Amino acid sequence: MRTRAHQNARAAVTPPAILDRLRAADPRRYVVYAGFALIMVVFSITLRDSGFLTTPNLVHIVQQTAPITVMAVGLVLVLTAGEIDLSIGSVVALSALVAGVMLRDYDSMPLAVAASLAVGAGVGLFNGLFVTRVRVPSFLVTLATLGLVAGLARVMTNLQSVPITHEYFNGLFGSGSMAGISTLVLWSAAAVAVGHYVYRHTRFGAHVLAVGDNARAARVSGVKVERVKVAVLVISGLCAALAGLLYAGRLHGATYTLGETDMLTVIAAVIVGGNRLFGGSGTVVGALVGSLVMGVLNNGLILGGLSVSQQMIARGVIILVAVALTLREEKA
Amino acid sequence: MSTTATPSAAPALRLDRIRKEFGGVVAVENFSLDIHPGQIVALVGDNGAGKSTIVKIVSGVHHPTSGSIALHGDQVHFPDASAARGHGIEVVYQDLALADMQPVYMNMFLGRELVTGPLRRLDKKRMASQTQALVDELDVRIPSARATIRELSGGQRQGVAIARATHWATSLVLMDEPTAALGVAETARAEQLMRQLRERGRAILLVSHNLDQVFRVADRIAVLRRGAQIGVRETAKTTHNEIVSMITGLQPADEA
Repeated sequence: MRTRAHQNARAAVTPPAILDRLRAADPRRYVVYAGFALIMVVFSITLRDSGFLTTPNLVHIVQQTAPITVMAVGLVLVLTAGEIDLSIGSVVALSALVAGVMLRDYDSMPLAVAASLAVGAGVGLFNGLFVTRVRVPSFLVTLATLGLVAGLARVMTNLQSVPITHEYFNGLFGSGSMAGISTLVLWSAAAVAVGHYVYRHTRFGAHVLAVGDNARAARVSGVKVERVKVAVLVISGLCAALAGLLYAGRLHGATYTLGETDMLTVIAAVIVGGNRLFGGSGTVVGALVGSLVMGVLNNGLILGGLSVSQQMIARGVIILVAVALTLREEKA
Repeated sequence: MSTTATPSAAPALRLDRIRKEFGGVVAVENFSLDIHPGQIVALVGDNGAGKSTIVKIVSGVHHPTSGSIALHGDQVHFPDASAARGHGIEVVYQDLALADMQPVYMNMFLGRELVTGPLRRLDKKRMASQTQALVDELDVRIPSARATIRELSGGQRQGVAIARATHWATSLVLMDEPTAALGVAETARAEQLMRQLRERGRAILLVSHNLDQVFRVADRIAVLRRGAQIGVRETAKTTHNEIVSMITGLQPADEA
């Protein structure tokens, strides 16, 4: 009898399930796709003589955006859990420098990569434990670690850049390619694919959503709320460390200024991509598109011949418009 | 924990001389109560009488200073709330404790999600269909198991919270003011759900300020005043007036 009820319910639920999904689909989630298409069209027309719509330029955009995309994936998890991570930009510099110094002193790529990722995970763990044990909001904790880690990066090599001559490292994390596809593109794709799977299809992802949505409900349902918060901050640190490796590999060297301005770009990318700033829902794929929007804007404004200061103003205006559009639904 | 004991013989829940102190303050003293499977027992008393403390002790949030808890005749000790849940005790809260932006089925399975395959992928299809079957069976009228909670009315949300408790509670459901935020029709629906739970053999401990509701659904009524147990009455053999005078202190406590 139970099984029959079960089957009936199933038969009844299948067709409306699709309708439900369409109805529940969040319009602001899709604003970013329309916006992305619009920007592409505008740039394709206005910049048609500057080589905007050429394959090398488009690949270049995706490569340039790779570190932002990787960090955006981590930040989607952090924001969804109702926290924020402002320390990512400084982790980029420290992890790149650690990798550079390890390669210079020990010439071992596994050691360099492991050390760099350990730096990212370590900063994330520190952030997470401070947020959950000392109960300081992540905004303040990660603001403090932002300065702390940036300072460490400066002290570490006494403001000196570290060149990286390890060819295999530079190939794997920067200029190389596999099966004709740039490794930077592959790293972005991998980060987005893994991030999307974890976010949408694992128990951990479900717990991240629940914690950001209603932490008390999650706790009384047996979700280890503190552990989830520590985990998302560790993941964010790891993503920032990987971004640092990607910068180091692409530039064949590391310096303390790497990633300095990335934190705001990543936050903008994630929000423009249709993620909530206050937790409980989000989209990894949207964050990828948001980060591509940032990359295309950057590229188009440079090709358009705007000066650096004009670029900053234009980018600010466009981000404001995009964020206003994506957040408009929020109040409803 | 043995499950072979016949449930009709031993009470689903037996609280024996529970005492709870916070610092030097006695919140509950010498509280004893049996709830049998298929029974609704209401816990009533004025604000600060110790009702919430009892609920928190049974759900594993607080530990009794002394006294014992037994489920189906076996003495248990709950180090935390998940231990209580592991013994089949579920709580329905006044504020429902639902994640508003998630679908109904994810709330139903929150913390106990079904997974499939080597990658332990969430089995959303199975969770949704089991949820749909459950809400259909309990006649909780929601648009779909895939609807998000914030699309639902207060009554529908309460239906979801009670359905979730029904699904997971093998021994006892604690309801802490479950209808305090609901309208008249929605309260009636929730009370209907409580009766359905009783028919399914669950033991229910209902904390409510609403004496009319208590008289409508409870089999027995336990009265607390300032942490002390005043008495337990069978609903059929007592009156509104007697319960009120027990709550307010006009009537002294029964001889222990």
